[in-house]
Amino acid sequence: MKIFNVFPETIFSIGPVHITDTVITTWFVMVAIITICYLATRKLSVKPSFFQEILEAIFEAMEKTIKDILPLDPWLVVPMLGTLWILIGFSNLAGLIPGLKTPTADLNTTLAFALISFSMTHVIGIATQGLKGYLVHYKEPTWLLLPFHLIAEVTRTAALAVRLFGNMLSGDMIAIILLGIVGLLVPIPFSLLHIIIGIIQAYIFGILTLVFIAGGIKTKS
Amino acid sequence: MDAKTVVISVSILAAALVMAIGGYGPAKALGKALTEALDATARQPEASDKIMRALFVGMALIESIAIYAFVIALIILFANPLIGYIVK
Repeated sequence: MKIFNVFPETIFSIGPVHITDTVITTWFVMVAIITICYLATRKLSVKPSFFQEILEAIFEAMEKTIKDILPLDPWLVVPMLGTLWILIGFSNLAGLIPGLKTPTADLNTTLAFALISFSMTHVIGIATQGLKGYLVHYKEPTWLLLPFHLIAEVTRTAALAVRLFGNMLSGDMIAIILLGIVGLLVPIPFSLLHIIIGIIQAYIFGILTLVFIAGGIKTKS
Repeated sequence: MDAKTVVISVSILAAALVMAIGGYGPAKALGKALTEALDATARQPEASDKIMRALFVGMALIESIAIYAFVIALIILFANPLIGYIVK
């Protein structure tokens, strides 16, 4: 009974570090993204080719989304957040290729993403308004809420990780359980739903990171 | 019934209850959120971009409660810490 193989399995170990198949899939996704971007940006021109146009459209959409939420220069966060968005999006969809395991259905991967988002919030907050100016937002509206701010720092990071992990794992599990029950054709609609959920979850991961960053920045309004 | 059987059967029941109860609340909340958002869009179609973005973020936050329930159910089923007390 191999129904439980939605969970990561160790392929080989380097000392105490276990390399699971989700890690290898992540490397595969990274290579795929780098290859696509290299091929698309090899011959840049003012009159864009097909691939260049797609990439430009993606980045313009990101810039617009960020500009709507963040009261800052969007290009401060586009490189990092765009990388997160694209990597999570590709990772969520990688599980649809037969033989690959969804990297984001592993809590370690999503926790790493969430820690990146966590550090990004603080780094951008401190970089834009100084350490003192950034720490001021912890005592808003009153000092009494300081413990809750600190608790929220931990819980929202954990929630980010668990949300992505749970969504992706549940999609994989539904597909595998249905495959065990009915076999052909019936899991396909659920796989289509899984595609939508994967894209939406990648979007939401980025948007929530953005909202957290914006929450640490005092607007002058 | 020995202790292991009791723990396992109670775990299965608990997992089922976690999914049932933990799914009920978020399902109602999601439905309400979507209804309100559609209502607002119908009234103010020009604000639909903002409403939809808020709806997505809000739905993700609501849905995560159901996801926590799912993760807890998974822990109960596949990584039950209590069986460790029984099986040495």
